[in-house]
Amino acid sequence: MHIPDGFLDGSVAAVTAVPAVAAVGYGVRRAGKTLDDRKVPLLGVTAAFIFAVQMLNFPVAGGTSGHLLGGALAAILLGPWLACIVMAVVISGQAFVFADGGVTALGANIFNMGVVGALGIGLAMIAARYLLPRSRTAFLSVAAVGAWASVMLGALLCSVELGISGTVPFATVLPAMLGVHALIGVGEAIITVAAVAAVLATRPDLIDGAGFGPLDEPRTMPAAGVAS
Amino acid sequence: MRRIPTIVFIALALAVAVGLATAVSPFASPDPDGLAKVAGEKGFLDSGELHAIQDDSPIPGYAFPGIDDERVATGVAGFVGTLGIFAIGVGIAWGLRRTRGTPAGTASA
Repeated sequence: MHIPDGFLDGSVAAVTAVPAVAAVGYGVRRAGKTLDDRKVPLLGVTAAFIFAVQMLNFPVAGGTSGHLLGGALAAILLGPWLACIVMAVVISGQAFVFADGGVTALGANIFNMGVVGALGIGLAMIAARYLLPRSRTAFLSVAAVGAWASVMLGALLCSVELGISGTVPFATVLPAMLGVHALIGVGEAIITVAAVAAVLATRPDLIDGAGFGPLDEPRTMPAAGVAS
Repeated sequence: MRRIPTIVFIALALAVAVGLATAVSPFASPDPDGLAKVAGEKGFLDSGELHAIQDDSPIPGYAFPGIDDERVATGVAGFVGTLGIFAIGVGIAWGLRRTRGTPAGTASA
């Protein structure tokens, strides 16, 4: 869903960059309080994993492919605000090193593919914390639905931006975007759940939970195995 | 059940990411993604353009320059890109990390 330059009107690109910069900027501020030394390599490896899996386009119907966005996954692993930083790193790298996604459209891409999914899953997890049982099944269910919804929300916003830009009528682009991304979102949900389940199985204590609360069993075990 | 140490977890996760980007990405679907497909169908694909800065992209289009074999070029781009993004991510996180005793934001112990 990387928007190249030329798709968006200059003012639409500029206005869309505002919430992207605000969210990433707030993430940077929060990092000064919440990003401890242990999370430093976690942030790096989350960015690397999302970059890598974004390269794995999977086929969906009719000669179309889709790939992971990763905003929801990053938010579940690191929390919504650090996820905004991760997504900004990945999407900026894609634009400047790989010529994937526009430079003037960078803010829009970070917003559509990163910030919206990250903050959206954060809200969903906070709601789930009060409404759903504290179980891994409930957690992974919210992860799945939230991941799918993050893709649909990104597709909706992308359509709005294209429509306001006058690139294509909103009523024309919206059903097409939502139709294809309803399928791509299933891939997003599968990959997100698989990745989260893998971390849950190995190091559940490393999962932020994006507001769902800690999933780690309250075992008082000294962290003896932490290597230098 | 004993848990694997953090450094081992990070190394494994990074290995999975590098492995996927290097060995699997060359076999990913070459079809246009959702937005590109819609752009083609609705007739606005041609309005897309590269920014002047992107003319000098180091690895344009996920194909490492100077390698004729497309799949090898993609795999090498994935290898370099994933490790590069890891390094940048760690570097940025290190720069932004919480430092004890800073005057700003030391509300909680």
